[in-house]
Amino acid sequence: MSARSFQPFLALPICLVFLSSALTAADKKTAGDRPFEPPGLYASTYKPLPSRPTLITNATVLTAAGERIEGGSVLLRDGKIAAVGRQLAAPASTVVIDAHGKWVTPGIIDAHSHLGVYPSPEVDANSDGNEATDPVTADVWAEHSFWPQDPQIPLALAGGVTSQLILPGSANLIGGRSVTIKNVIGRSAEDMKFPGAPYSLKMACGENPKRTYGDEKGRAPSTRMGNIAGTRKAWAEALDYRHEWEEYQQKKDAGKDASIPDRDIEKETLLGVLDGKILVQNHCYRADEMLEMIQVAKEFGYKIAAFHHATEAYKIADVLADNGICAALWADSWGFKMEAFDAIRENVALVDHAKNGCAIVHSDSALGIQRLNQEAAKAMAAGRRMGFPLREEDAIRWITINPAKALGIADQTGSLEAGKMADVVIWSGNPFSVYSKADQVYIDGALIFDRSDPARQPMTDFSLGILGASGGDQ
Amino acid sequence: MRGGTTLLSTLLLLGTTVARAETVAIVGGTVHTLGPAGTIEGGTVVIEEGTVRAVGRDVAVPPGARKIDATGKVVTPGLMDSMTRLGLVEVSQVEGTNDTRANQDDRFTAAFDVVDGINRRSILFPITRIEGVTRAVVAPQPGKSLIAGRGAVIHLDTERDDWLLSSPAAMYAVLGETGAGRAGGARGAAMLRLREALQDALDYGANRAAFDRGDRRPYVLSRLDLEALQPVVKGELPLVVSVDRASDIEAALRLARDYHLKLIVAGGRESWMVARQLVEAKVPVLLDPLANLPESFEALGSTLEAAARLDKAGVTVAFMTGDAHDVRNIKQAAGNAVSYGMPWDAALAALTIVPARIWGIDDHYGTLEAGKDADVVVWDGDPLEVTSYPEHVFIRGVEIPQDTRQLRLRDRYKELSGEVPVPYRP
Repeated sequence: MSARSFQPFLALPICLVFLSSALTAADKKTAGDRPFEPPGLYASTYKPLPSRPTLITNATVLTAAGERIEGGSVLLRDGKIAAVGRQLAAPASTVVIDAHGKWVTPGIIDAHSHLGVYPSPEVDANSDGNEATDPVTADVWAEHSFWPQDPQIPLALAGGVTSQLILPGSANLIGGRSVTIKNVIGRSAEDMKFPGAPYSLKMACGENPKRTYGDEKGRAPSTRMGNIAGTRKAWAEALDYRHEWEEYQQKKDAGKDASIPDRDIEKETLLGVLDGKILVQNHCYRADEMLEMIQVAKEFGYKIAAFHHATEAYKIADVLADNGICAALWADSWGFKMEAFDAIRENVALVDHAKNGCAIVHSDSALGIQRLNQEAAKAMAAGRRMGFPLREEDAIRWITINPAKALGIADQTGSLEAGKMADVVIWSGNPFSVYSKADQVYIDGALIFDRSDPARQPMTDFSLGILGASGGDQ
Repeated sequence: MRGGTTLLSTLLLLGTTVARAETVAIVGGTVHTLGPAGTIEGGTVVIEEGTVRAVGRDVAVPPGARKIDATGKVVTPGLMDSMTRLGLVEVSQVEGTNDTRANQDDRFTAAFDVVDGINRRSILFPITRIEGVTRAVVAPQPGKSLIAGRGAVIHLDTERDDWLLSSPAAMYAVLGETGAGRAGGARGAAMLRLREALQDALDYGANRAAFDRGDRRPYVLSRLDLEALQPVVKGELPLVVSVDRASDIEAALRLARDYHLKLIVAGGRESWMVARQLVEAKVPVLLDPLANLPESFEALGSTLEAAARLDKAGVTVAFMTGDAHDVRNIKQAAGNAVSYGMPWDAALAALTIVPARIWGIDDHYGTLEAGKDADVVVWDGDPLEVTSYPEHVFIRGVEIPQDTRQLRLRDRYKELSGEVPVPYRP
């Protein structure tokens, strides 16, 4: 137990490594003195809660690395997964959990969440997800809207969610930076920030930007071609800004008199993308439009990590796989707008079926995030119905390792493999059943949620005392 | 040739072929009758001329009947969603396809009738019914008015001319935050406006001739609206009030008592807090069991345990989605209600026999019993489980083809490379 007091500091070095890697000598060739973000500020201050060495035994273990281990064990130690296997010995002073009849999976990762930026209650005063005042707002950061006391956060935790990407909304072509958080309530977004996770940039195509600006504000973009034009202009301006810095750097290196370019917060983020430090998460529904966005990415030299919602991804599953682009999808949401008219239940399975396909089941919903396991189950069943031999050990990837890949954190979490963060869920049964619930959720080895122990169920300040003893879920 | 086939199959998809009721024996399944016979293991269900002819363990298969082996399968009545927008909307954000509300009209619209807007050829019907939903209540949504209008109960075999089952089935109104917003910003104002409307309807009902002579005080409602409210103020037609906060439900109960209304609570996020009053007043609740977000100050008591708590307290609960495209997920909602404490049988009842009683159609629907309409579903597993699908869906004795626009899109794109270019695939 005494070793636990060291636990909080483990996160710090990782975080420092990340910060320094963002500004290493290698990067100076391209970035030079050009700022990316103020070093040491806005950085993760997340500290794992205290944990004890824990051995989960006798469970059906889905590793999300392809394996399903019956009668399996997972050993959590020092916040990491120490071992996964069949017969693991419990080191001294280890908490041993007999999980007979239960299933164990990696913590669920939601690649598309607006918790904290669109909190409950949905009052205007707290609605902070869309800076819909300009179609390009690369300068805004979702974490600066994030309200850590959103009562939806504990609800997601009860659904086994250990990490999530918090994105700005999709009103804008370029909506701003997204942040990956650990699902452990802190006093600020930084307190919850996933150590070492890269930022993502939210981009959007299709109906939302053109409606927000063309229909509602009478300005560009009002069409899909206007969307693409506005997006290309933003990237072209980012290249100009980079050029400005390169000229400055060349003059300075040559010992010539050079005035340092003005800081441009917007361009700093865009160049973060072009430098490969920030991932692109692109809201896009229609197949033809996704193909266009791939062209834009190629023109300006960035990579799209994932298309989000992508209701027509199944029509271009081959192209997505060939380009190494994940598709973050709903299991069956459809018809709410024109670009969702062709959504089908088999979208996830068809994207997954393509060679090297990367399918993700996401929520984009404070309801859906509570049961991503069920959403994945529906997608799996739809795939089976069309003859794909999908197993639980396949489908678990859609809500664990695949979103981890899209978020750039797959080397740290997303599967049950030795050395990774001990982000683990013990389910009451097969997680692909409507009747199974997350019994226990571990984040960095700490027991963050225990369904059988009210003392291990976090509650936000907001929910405190509102309903008295027998309240709602939060 | 290919074009001809496509046209023919399109006609099939749209259900313009004449489907004939056949004699079918579903044999060997676990039959949840929802009736006095309870659950029958290895039971047989005989369907003949559109109705359930017999249900039981030792039922003979009639000669010539098509036999469906349901060994290892589950057989239930067709499911019912007690509040939907089916047929009123094709694409929610495409205004021209959305007839759920009179959102420009700030009059009372009690005479608004969903039947005028229901498109029975909507692609949503095949998509919904292949997943086991065979009946639905179609409800109007509040536009600018506190009283939204009249809803209907429909069959989902909408290719039949007699798709409309019960109309009007109910009158719809809103209170709570929405009602306050419609009435000028206060809950008290909403109640005032509603009382005004009910008073006018009562006065009009007792003085029609005088009204026609121009011999009554002015009313806040039009003549048609006053007519539409007559069965409501007589306590014959249910008034479905969308309301969430416990205190708003209590206010609705007071209103119902004062005016002798046949009240049904819809939404009812905090209804579990006033369960005793609901039982005493015999007021049913139409509930979405998944709605657990504290998304407004009138929904802070939202919980996944609402269904279980209401059921335990003896409140009559039927499930609803309030949706159109996602009506098919009502099974998942019911499954979650079970996961959070509601008995499995009660959850299935909330999709069948309970709504049948609430909507007054239990004489021919809601259970698998001889003489009832043959709305029958054969499931490949537990119907409330997210991985289960129906293998056979019968509506009034006719099997529904597994053919929808979505399945066609799936099959068209199943192989991206292939001999036939995508646009030429059926």
